[in-house]
Amino acid sequence: MSRRVRTTAFWLAAAAFAVIFTLACTGLPHFGTTLHPYGSRAVAASVRQHTANVVSSVNFDQRALDTLGEESILFGAVLGSVVLLRRARDEDRAAPQPRPVLPSTLLLGAGLLPVTVLVGGYVVAHGQLSPGGGFQGGVMLATGLHLAYVAADYRVLRRVRPLAVFAALDAVGAGAFTALGFAGLVAGAAYLENVLPLGTFNQLASGGLVPLVNAAVGVEVASGVIVLVAQFLDQAVEIDEPRHHGAGAGAGGGKDGDR
Amino acid sequence: MSTPTAASDFLVAAALVLVVAAATAAALTRDPVRQSVVLSALGFCLALLFLVVQAPDVALSQLAVGSAITPLLVLLTVRKVRRRPRDDGPAGEGPAGEGPAAADPPGSGGRGSRR
Repeated sequence: MSRRVRTTAFWLAAAAFAVIFTLACTGLPHFGTTLHPYGSRAVAASVRQHTANVVSSVNFDQRALDTLGEESILFGAVLGSVVLLRRARDEDRAAPQPRPVLPSTLLLGAGLLPVTVLVGGYVVAHGQLSPGGGFQGGVMLATGLHLAYVAADYRVLRRVRPLAVFAALDAVGAGAFTALGFAGLVAGAAYLENVLPLGTFNQLASGGLVPLVNAAVGVEVASGVIVLVAQFLDQAVEIDEPRHHGAGAGAGGGKDGDR
Repeated sequence: MSTPTAASDFLVAAALVLVVAAATAAALTRDPVRQSVVLSALGFCLALLFLVVQAPDVALSQLAVGSAITPLLVLLTVRKVRRRPRDDGPAGEGPAGEGPAAADPPGSGGRGSRR
């Protein structure tokens, strides 16, 4: 396909998409009105289930199966990147040289690390009460940990981040979500149905299954993102390529096509 | 009643303008390193937009993933691609500039010195 044909095809598709998308949007409920057919039902259901954060109630209770699918996608993506970015046979590991860090950077990073980890833990723990939850807090925890790399160097990061532990925790979190779903089956209800005692509205222990699933997601996302970033960091900082890369001289040439 | 609505409409419009400006800038930036920084700014603008339309959960996700993790992964990838092999011989040899492409003409290895 020549460039001209491709450009024409793109503009035709773009024009068709623009027209159909605009037409479809006119059929939506109006923006910013008081009438929300799905919203009012979701709010009623989440109040019935004693979950103060309606979004968490939708994510981890009313549509928990969707979230299970999303978490499996994240788990699969992390697993795939671990497999793709592993050290190839023709690559060497070389310890990176520590570089001097500006005192202000060190101070800021060392000061912010505990604060970020604390905020991340808070956001995970209060997922059923206030905005946030396992996913948001998990990503905060993972990024907060990497302030150790910004403030110090790679060796310090490796010490605060035992990779094998986090890889195992990733699997434990993903498995715990799946296993928690069986609580419903054991109680004679549907898979992932909220059958636990619901507790008092707006208390930390409320919402039945929601805080547990939320915690499992928090563990899975935090360790998943840590493992994911670790693979990229390994490649960027530690793994050395052979000199004649891609020139046909390497022994383990099968991996070249993957990049 | 009309004043709060007008104020909130103004905030939404302002956030939308910011998002469009940042997204255009991100699309027009060619260098991946600069693009990742613009992408981070775009993530922040999107988080602002989600916040003013009262979706704080989505805003938090957007802030964490869009303005922190994604640019970080882009930056690390660029660093890996531009890094020279350790025991580098004479300049001009190897995939320094464009990574695995290795199609650089000899003598163009100067780009590889950027880390």
